[in-house]
Amino acid sequence: MRVTKSAAVAAALSLTAFTAQAATLEDVQARGELNCVVTTGVAGFAAPDENGRWEGFDVDFCRAVAAAVLGDGEKVKFIPTTGKTRFTVLNSGEGDILFRNTTETMSRDADLKLSFLPVNYYDGQGFMIRKELGVTSAKDLDGASVCIQTGTTTELNLADFFRINNISYEPVAIETNEEGITNYSGNRCDVYTTDASGLASTRAALDDPSAHIILPEIISKEPLGGAVRHGDDQWFDIGKWVVNALINAEELGITQANVEELASAAGDNPSINRMLGTESDMGAMVGLDAQWAVRAIKAVGNYGESFDRHIGPNTQIGLERGLNALWKDGGILYAAPIR
Amino acid sequence: MTEKNYIPGEHPDLPPPSNMIGPVAWIRDNLLSSPANIIMTILSVWFLYIVIPPTLNWFFLDAAFTGEDRNACRAVADGACWAFIGERFKLFTYGFYPEEHRWRVNLSFILLIVALIPVLFDKAPFRSLGLKFSIAFPFIAGWLLVGGLGLEPVPTSQFGGFMLTLVIGITGIAFSLPIGILLALGRQSNLPIIKVFCVSFIEFIRGVPLITLLFVASTMLSYFLPPGTNFDLLLRVLIMVVLFSSGYMAEVIRGGLQAIPKGQIEAADSMGLKYWQSMRLIVLPQALKISIPGIVNTFIGLYKDTTLVIIIGLLDPLGIGRASLSDTKWTGLSTEVYIFVAIFFFVSCFGMSRYSLYLENKLETGHKR
Amino acid sequence: MNEAIASQPQRNIVSRLWNDKETRSVIIQIIAFAAIFAFFFFMVRNAISNLESIGKDISLDFLSQPSSYDISQSLIEYSSRSTHFRAMIVGILNTLLVAVFGVILATLVGFLLGVLRLSKNWLTNKLAYVYIEYVRNVPVLLHILLLHGIIVHALPLPKNAINLGDTAFLTNRGFFIPSPSFEPLFWVVAGLFVAGIFFSIWFSRYAHKVQDATGRHYPVFWINLGAIIGIPVLAYFILGSPIIWEIPELKGFNYRGGMVVRPEFVALWIALSLYTAAFIGEIVRAGISAISWGQSEAAAALGLSRGRILNLVVIPQALRIIIPPLTSQYLNLTKNSSLAIAIGYMDIVATIGGVTLNQTGREMESMTIVLLLYLTFSLLISSFMNWYNKRIKLVER
Repeated sequence: MRVTKSAAVAAALSLTAFTAQAATLEDVQARGELNCVVTTGVAGFAAPDENGRWEGFDVDFCRAVAAAVLGDGEKVKFIPTTGKTRFTVLNSGEGDILFRNTTETMSRDADLKLSFLPVNYYDGQGFMIRKELGVTSAKDLDGASVCIQTGTTTELNLADFFRINNISYEPVAIETNEEGITNYSGNRCDVYTTDASGLASTRAALDDPSAHIILPEIISKEPLGGAVRHGDDQWFDIGKWVVNALINAEELGITQANVEELASAAGDNPSINRMLGTESDMGAMVGLDAQWAVRAIKAVGNYGESFDRHIGPNTQIGLERGLNALWKDGGILYAAPIR
Repeated sequence: MTEKNYIPGEHPDLPPPSNMIGPVAWIRDNLLSSPANIIMTILSVWFLYIVIPPTLNWFFLDAAFTGEDRNACRAVADGACWAFIGERFKLFTYGFYPEEHRWRVNLSFILLIVALIPVLFDKAPFRSLGLKFSIAFPFIAGWLLVGGLGLEPVPTSQFGGFMLTLVIGITGIAFSLPIGILLALGRQSNLPIIKVFCVSFIEFIRGVPLITLLFVASTMLSYFLPPGTNFDLLLRVLIMVVLFSSGYMAEVIRGGLQAIPKGQIEAADSMGLKYWQSMRLIVLPQALKISIPGIVNTFIGLYKDTTLVIIIGLLDPLGIGRASLSDTKWTGLSTEVYIFVAIFFFVSCFGMSRYSLYLENKLETGHKR
Repeated sequence: MNEAIASQPQRNIVSRLWNDKETRSVIIQIIAFAAIFAFFFFMVRNAISNLESIGKDISLDFLSQPSSYDISQSLIEYSSRSTHFRAMIVGILNTLLVAVFGVILATLVGFLLGVLRLSKNWLTNKLAYVYIEYVRNVPVLLHILLLHGIIVHALPLPKNAINLGDTAFLTNRGFFIPSPSFEPLFWVVAGLFVAGIFFSIWFSRYAHKVQDATGRHYPVFWINLGAIIGIPVLAYFILGSPIIWEIPELKGFNYRGGMVVRPEFVALWIALSLYTAAFIGEIVRAGISAISWGQSEAAAALGLSRGRILNLVVIPQALRIIIPPLTSQYLNLTKNSSLAIAIGYMDIVATIGGVTLNQTGREMESMTIVLLLYLTFSLLISSFMNWYNKRIKLVER
């Protein structure tokens, strides 16, 4: 049979295609565009502005990777996903890299076959509630209706929390943050629960933010970070070191404004020289050129600059650095050195 | 009271008694003919009384047509806040299609009307030429909207709003009819393997909800493709929608095929016509004519089902509306959004069903059995 | 086969084979089979290599692991410690619940609409027409969302609940109604009820026989009504109301105790029913108007009353026309219940095809289960309706 023969050929071809696919870097460079998986919209982290341009803290990491790999932070195609579709989109090869307020957990790492990049935001799950209800602690929430995004770790933490404290609740399942806002402001639920950062961003977007409080309890650890598929170590390294480079840049005082000047000639600080490629070519180790970190920092600034621009105290979201300060400043942000 | 004698058959026609004609008689016959009827009339009037005035108030009299945000609307009036729809109207129409390329959407829409005329009216001038254009239209419009070959490409992720509804609806309609015909013929075929395949395909499609197929398209399908192929989400959805409605289409057409007596096919055979000739010249024209109401109903169903794409994250008008509702300027105005979208769907679907009635009457040639 | 074309004498064989009807059909089928097989082979091959490349396998072990998520409405005991399998059962039951209630309400409203459409009263007739056209031409998802929006926004919060006689409370968190708990004596009432059903079945047959033999006519309906409803109700009060109703009361955020019907269920149920009812209405109208007037007139000439004309002449014949399209409406309703996910009602798609899929990352397995479940439902409903269809056909003869 001719046809079955051709099927065998096709299957063989697909096998070779598979080995070729492992090289995500080449795919991205050939395509000239990075497919980055983000949320459908969490103000400050990733949301389209009035002109449809994606902006936010997570978006900056996408742009930094695109700048390092493709030389242009604008060459990113954003794939908005719900909590449910994000990993499928990544695993099926539709997305190259994911920056989507995603909590690193063992099962996601091992069972969902993801490789997590360094944490870019240390978070924890909190509760938001109307002030007028007079609730001051999450333990008083017995019997409340709680809006919860399905497909997230928060859904599991919530079940655990109420179970441990032996109190009851009614879960109101929603798919996206927008639905959460609609349901919460429409009074379908008393409480909205998600990562504290997301709550701050949601609260800022409400009609009268001062009418809502975020309860003091943080019921979980939520280390949020980017992720890539299992099986392509080179691509994983690129993602990992771009994130580390942005954090190290803040530590070393490299900013969007001074990075080009620092990169023009080797300076006194060997750490800076190594990172910016003026002394040695670190980029070659991950299949990039020497200027990779320069472009990444030039595109979005260092970690602190991006933080302040999108979610810091001077923005609508108004998050403090807290745990996310550098280790020198009392936080736990401690990036591995580039050497 | 004089008595007159008339020759039989020459009695002049007298007007009916005045209480048997005119509005009074009509009211008596249609509204008040029996006690039960009177009760029904009273109930209906009461129903209208409680429904119409509040609806009118909400829609027009108490509605706010301008305003910056929800509070501005509420300050003016208690009814609908159409200012919201007004502000987002472009978003509802074009989705996130880039501003400078929107002429392409408009042009496609105009071409759509041009392409529809020869299909809908058989007295349209230059019909045979027009029909060729109609067949080419989906491809021309696809090129215009997606770009490439000289036009700047627009990623399909920026499609949205009514435009997306039309894209999915028209593609589904254009491709599901031919595939449906093939499936129906396959199901009637006397080649067992082809028959088994068509039957199982049709029954599978009809046995599961569209939403699960869309989930398959968005979560599972990419595993079945050669690694590294990147298949546009909209394209995957279109394929699923086409397959879904062709399953239903096949059943509708099968009904038409079954109504054609076997003698016709045998007569065609004895005249030496090949299978495809006899199908094309004899069976299908009759079968399709009989199935027109069913075909149009399938189209309407398909068109309505395009709303389901919001569940997998495409932004049709409903999706745009829901996304807009999370803007805190406008939260809580869900009713306005849903009613606005409902009006759009009602107008298009009602139009389609009226057209199908018109066609049915026109094609009525006494073949009805 | 393509190689064969190259040489001349063989072409004759090919064309002879091709022109022979039998062989041709075999050839076409072999090619078709090979193409289909190749297609599936290709797909499966892709899936295997894709899954391999990220190191995933296919197994159903995840079903026996704890689900770790909560579900707001469940017909069986369920908590976050239960397994994913149990979560799936909860989803199936929720789908069935809304489908069964939906079919009942849709049938009732649909028949009512069909009758109103046939009404001689112009106003009623046109009202039914406008209603049917509006409902049929707007997507069902919109109906669901609209109704859900109205319930959530228009109904009050629990603390201002609409109080129905201090026993039931309407809020936007759900409808809180008393839940019964049964005392032992209640089972006597239940027993009487079941006995009443059996009695009425026997009595209907008996009355039929008597009527066939002697022409004597019993008021079957009233006697049966008394046996099924009247006696148990009487017994209920004589035995001193052996049901204790637990009445919901406001505690903290929500009402506690009693039963609660969530707005998601109500929105889905009502919207699906009203949507399907519009289609059923048209089917019923078409079915009844297909029965020619002559039949009713003939029956009237025989001296049958209006009710008996409907019961004995029109409805049995109309049902034969109505049942097949009615079946597909029931199927549609069941399939449309999958839209539950749009408002967060936890049906099959939202549990196994939603949260479970998500938390375990088992897309292949979960989606396959969901598809198989719906196929099973469709098969069951259509075979039941086919059976029923055959039965009423037999009655006809």
